[in-house]
Amino acid sequence: MSAPVSPDGDAQTAPPDGTHPATGTVVAPAAAGRNELTPVLEGRGLVKTYGRVVALDAADFALFPGEVLALIGDNGAGKSSLIKCLSGAEVPNAGEVLLDGAPVLFRRPIEAKAAGIETVYQTLAVAPALDIASNLYLGREERKAGVLGSVFRMLDGGGMRKRAKEQMTSLGIGTLQNMGQTVETLSGGQRQAVSVARAAAFASKVIILDEPTAALGVRETNQVLKLIESLRERGMPVILISHNMPNVFQVADRIHVQRLGRRAAVVSPSTINVTDAVAIMTGALQVPVEEQQLTSVRR
Amino acid sequence: MSQATTTSTTGYDAAEEFLGRTSPTQRLQTVLHRYPWLSPLVVLLLAVIVFGAINSNFATPANLGTITQQTAVIGTLAIGQTLIILTAGIDLSCGAIMVFTSMVMAKTAFENGVPGLPALLLGIVVGGLAGLLNGLLITRIGLPPFIVTLGTFGIFTSLTLLYATGRTVRNRELVAELKWLGQPIDVGGFRLTTGVLVMLALYALFAYVLRYTAWGSHVYAVGDDRDAARLVGIRVNRVLLSVYVVAGVVYALAAWTLIGRVNAASPNSGIDANLDSITAVVIGGTSLFGGRGRVLGTLIGALIVSVVDSGLSIAGLDQAYKRLAIGVLVILAVTADQWIRRARA
Repeated sequence: MSAPVSPDGDAQTAPPDGTHPATGTVVAPAAAGRNELTPVLEGRGLVKTYGRVVALDAADFALFPGEVLALIGDNGAGKSSLIKCLSGAEVPNAGEVLLDGAPVLFRRPIEAKAAGIETVYQTLAVAPALDIASNLYLGREERKAGVLGSVFRMLDGGGMRKRAKEQMTSLGIGTLQNMGQTVETLSGGQRQAVSVARAAAFASKVIILDEPTAALGVRETNQVLKLIESLRERGMPVILISHNMPNVFQVADRIHVQRLGRRAAVVSPSTINVTDAVAIMTGALQVPVEEQQLTSVRR
Repeated sequence: MSQATTTSTTGYDAAEEFLGRTSPTQRLQTVLHRYPWLSPLVVLLLAVIVFGAINSNFATPANLGTITQQTAVIGTLAIGQTLIILTAGIDLSCGAIMVFTSMVMAKTAFENGVPGLPALLLGIVVGGLAGLLNGLLITRIGLPPFIVTLGTFGIFTSLTLLYATGRTVRNRELVAELKWLGQPIDVGGFRLTTGVLVMLALYALFAYVLRYTAWGSHVYAVGDDRDAARLVGIRVNRVLLSVYVVAGVVYALAAWTLIGRVNAASPNSGIDANLDSITAVVIGGTSLFGGRGRVLGTLIGALIVSVVDSGLSIAGLDQAYKRLAIGVLVILAVTADQWIRRARA
């Protein structure tokens, strides 16, 4: 499949000739290599309406292997709807979602999970009264081997705690030692870490992070950004939805700007500044397709 | 992000540890938070000691045995209530379902000549179906549990009266199987009944299921944060439905104990059972907001009610004082729950 070169639908952008969407004004990698790269997760012409409200108006989206793609946009731009359509929380009215180039249809979050797409929701989706290990394995509990597991349905609590600990360590979350600690005793950043660790443990394709730093202090925010970087080091593609521009510019490889239900532009944080990114969000600035970063910057 | 914000982790953790130093009150709060059955246990022991000091006839094996026997019906019923309250629900119909199933068991055996065990099984199935009705109304129509079970309370009370036609199935009309749980058993000087043993076995079973199985985790997760449970892929409605069905089956087992205890199946028995079961759960430290509590606490809560009841009557006080004492206990228990829930929240 070729790189997504379809116009993003904004009225001001003239359709490109379809061969070299990124002219490589700043970013260097060979155009040929980029064109061969298949997006891990792609949305084409997604439409989602709620009654008379059009949340997504033929929106396109592409996430490439190994990259951190930031998704920004003003309130009501359709960020959440886009993510819901990609993660199975909503079914788009029109358009298609492709995973590794093949069309997929997710009707429930659990179907997207089964396909390897894990989402860390803004609400974190943790059960505060349960411990860290139980939360990590919530809905995917592992039973003990043998009769205890098969007949008595006994959970492998020790094993789950051990593997939870390993997962935490491998992500560099050393501050959480006791996997039997209940989540309600944790700080906001630690809860976020539990939620991200759960996603990382079960995602095989994509991790979606919805405003992971919105409720956090400075130190905890940095911990989460480090987590995102360690996910990238593992080669795990990440979609980061955030309102926090410094965060976005710190970790993102590319920035998808959503506006009025469509993709207004995809830009590279190395070629654009925060002011311009905000200008694109508000519609004050329009970026011609040839100056956008529609394909991967990572090799 | 600027470099200045990236403080060294070790330094911060040391500071956090320092700031995290807690007062004795906070530590107590945290311990009670972790072991919700601890405060009811203290209340139970205190009550036994106080009543024992007031009257020497109280703390005898015979009386303690009687107290335990008196706990069997509400204690069993309250297991089902605990499951439902853990999911942040409530069941006002449990007593009505219990009485209805007891009439089904007794009448089908006495009037329709159904043998004892099939009659018992029929009662259990009816209990499960009654729970299913509650569960379907809650999950499919999306009505609040309070309203649904207030409605089914009326329905099952009415069905009981219509079905029983105001007639009690008396002792000599009952088949032997239905009276099994009233049989006395002597355990080390304590006079118990088989019904007490069944209750204790059910407590052990549900303590295990809630603690060690995925279903148990899901019950807590659904009560704790329903949206979170749904987002991690738990089928919330399926869990809720199963909880109401299981509770219905437990109510039917309580009905079996009830028949053994009163040696009859009467449409007028168990009138206070609905609220008594909620009382036991709440005094036992389970939070009405869901997701927090243990069945063990409910057993202690049910025992507290019986101990206060027996202690006051042995002390020669009017039964009105029992109501007063239990009422105060319920309010204290919920107040304590509110306070404990604030721990580190």
